[in-house]
Amino acid sequence: METTDKIVKMLEAILLFAAVVGIILFLASRVRGKKGDKAVAALFLLPTAVMVLVGLVYPGARTIYESLFDAAGSTFIGLDNYQTIFTSSDQLTVLRNTVLWVVVTPFVATAIGLLYAILIDKARIEAFAKALIFLPMAISFVGASIIWKFVYEFRPEQGDIKQIGLLNQVMIWLGFSPHQWLINSPGNTFFLIIIMIWIQAGFAMTVLSAAIKAIPEDIVEAARLDGVKAIGMFRFVTVPSIRPALIVVLTTIGIGTLKVFDIVRTVTGGQFDTSVIANEFYSQSFRSDNQGLGAALAVMLFLLVIPIVVYNIRQLRSAEAR
Amino acid sequence: MALRLSRPPKPLHLIALGGALTFTLAACGGSSSPSATGDGAGDGASASGECAAYSQYGDLKGKTVSVYTSIVTPEDTPQIDSYKPFEKCTGATVKYEGDKAFETQVLVRAKAGNPPDIAYVPQPGLLAQLVSTGKAVEAPKEVSDNVDKFWSKDWKGYSTIDGKFYGAPLGANFKSLVWYSPKMFKDKGYQIPTTLDELQALSEKIAADGKSKPWCAGIASGEATGWVITDWMEDMMLRLSGPEEYDKWVKHEIAFNSPGPTAALDKVGSILKNDKFVNGGLGNVKSIATTTFQDGGLPILDGDCYMHRQASFYAANWPEGTKVAEDGDVFAFALPGVTADSKPALGGGEFVLAFSDRPEVKAFQTYLSTDTWANNKAKASPLGGWISANKGLDVNNLVSPIDKLATSVLQDPNAVFRFDGSDAMPAAIGSNAFWKQATSWITGQSTKDTVDKIEAAWPK
Repeated sequence: METTDKIVKMLEAILLFAAVVGIILFLASRVRGKKGDKAVAALFLLPTAVMVLVGLVYPGARTIYESLFDAAGSTFIGLDNYQTIFTSSDQLTVLRNTVLWVVVTPFVATAIGLLYAILIDKARIEAFAKALIFLPMAISFVGASIIWKFVYEFRPEQGDIKQIGLLNQVMIWLGFSPHQWLINSPGNTFFLIIIMIWIQAGFAMTVLSAAIKAIPEDIVEAARLDGVKAIGMFRFVTVPSIRPALIVVLTTIGIGTLKVFDIVRTVTGGQFDTSVIANEFYSQSFRSDNQGLGAALAVMLFLLVIPIVVYNIRQLRSAEAR
Repeated sequence: MALRLSRPPKPLHLIALGGALTFTLAACGGSSSPSATGDGAGDGASASGECAAYSQYGDLKGKTVSVYTSIVTPEDTPQIDSYKPFEKCTGATVKYEGDKAFETQVLVRAKAGNPPDIAYVPQPGLLAQLVSTGKAVEAPKEVSDNVDKFWSKDWKGYSTIDGKFYGAPLGANFKSLVWYSPKMFKDKGYQIPTTLDELQALSEKIAADGKSKPWCAGIASGEATGWVITDWMEDMMLRLSGPEEYDKWVKHEIAFNSPGPTAALDKVGSILKNDKFVNGGLGNVKSIATTTFQDGGLPILDGDCYMHRQASFYAANWPEGTKVAEDGDVFAFALPGVTADSKPALGGGEFVLAFSDRPEVKAFQTYLSTDTWANNKAKASPLGGWISANKGLDVNNLVSPIDKLATSVLQDPNAVFRFDGSDAMPAAIGSNAFWKQATSWITGQSTKDTVDKIEAAWPK
């Protein structure tokens, strides 16, 4: 397709979109009567409902269906793919890594973000300090992974060969010998997790800092009059006040971590026992040509995300109700 | 693995990244492919001598053939240039689309009913998968005849499925090469080994002689990390067990953990997992796992390493200004066989698979299977880095000494050629378990565990 063709196609699509929206608006304007409001609401919901059906429900159902079939997608094999996930040693490593990721990343990233937010709160260089830790957030996962890949880069200690990795150079300055950080499992997964924490701590810090600033001054004042010290202040005032924000941050990072793919794929490609569910799903579906297992892994991911989402929504609701 | 970069990006990651960006940009700009729809196209065909060879294709004025391949910048320019005589003489237009994600996308496109007219498939395994979608069409008789005429018999077998022949080979690459520095060899008085035993003896000698280690290697390649070892193992399998056993191994008629393959991997281990032999200029055995395959042979230039086994495409990987020739900075010798007169050759290549039988597609397919095209392609590659097993290819049209060496081996009637075995294995093995376990093997897993695990992963 030539470029001009593509632009024409794009314009057509925009026109089509405008036309559909126009028709819906027009129909909505013609609806009158007692049940008018409901009809209008239904009409407005229609495009969203259609898109959710086509873009989410159908592919989701289809993936679940395909996860019950073999590699070629032709023979029904029941729950064998799920059995593989929970029995084969490779897949168990994948599960173990995913658990490590989900357990470590959200808490550490949130803790660092929270600590940082409190430390720099009302400091003179607050804006600058915030920008500093927020910057990694602006870097794509792949970009960050490439940066950290260089940090972990290894060169042997022989002759006049120079280290090009920051971490190994630091090791040498400290009098140690360089180390291959990424090849020994399960330690290597932690070196990958650090990348995610580096990215997400900024996000946690921003949200939590805003929440801290929103704590009513009178509560802080009252606590102070009661003689609460810094640690007590943190425990009994700050944390309870920003609890909803903390949960949002934890769950958001948790969901993002469950789906982590770019970091693993860029830094190790899932080698050296560092694969996680999302990466394994891709490898199985597109590289290994095992669609059934790939679909089963996708379903697993979906199942694991659901409880976090449910918890998140319930917490938000109870916060609103208060 | 059939390296989709028959000529990989320059060693540094940064440059590779830059290259990737360029690819992306190129891909975004729409196919700015050649539309040299020739002036007065069809009429030229009948008359001038230049176009005489193309008259068989008839007048294809206004017809378009779409080609989808894994060959991207900078390799695509010589490809596109080599179609120009065809376009000029027949009036057809060839729309060329190179895609780094070809290997996954072509399957998606075929399954979705949106295949290109022609795809260059770099692996027999993938070719079989594409044929099983039911969208591919058999090669026309002209192509079949050309392949009988210009290629040795085994090549035809790779794209023959259930007795039906689907596509002619296009380019090739030659994997059984050992890179070395002619100057270092000369200074030390080392001779190029002619048997595997001599190679082993030479390695021992180098290890005993000096500070530099005999071998250097690197297997890191993103998610494909490990493929370098699969090539090593195939080379050793072909040498130690012979071509018949090799074929059985690839087809899984013998188990992956049977004695032959186990011995082959052990043989590789006698070099790659031997701390006396590796990893020249790069560290210990484990450093092989994290050194990129592009960087694996570079210590030869610094005198830190004597030998590096890698395919012919590695010629493009030496830094600019490196003279690749028998009297230059680096050159290669064919990895020897068990005896001096056995010439096992491991290699790879692409196959031209068509998804349409329109006359212009057939014509283009036929053109690609001729000696005319092979020589046009050679002439259109002023920088070298391209070879073919087409016997009609005149070696003198190739510019680089390494291409000449590789082609002469591929065309040698005594050579026993075998296609890269991991490419013909099922994807679950050839592009997953084999790579993964080979990587674990180099970082410490035993040979037995390695072959057992690969055998266990073989799709039932």
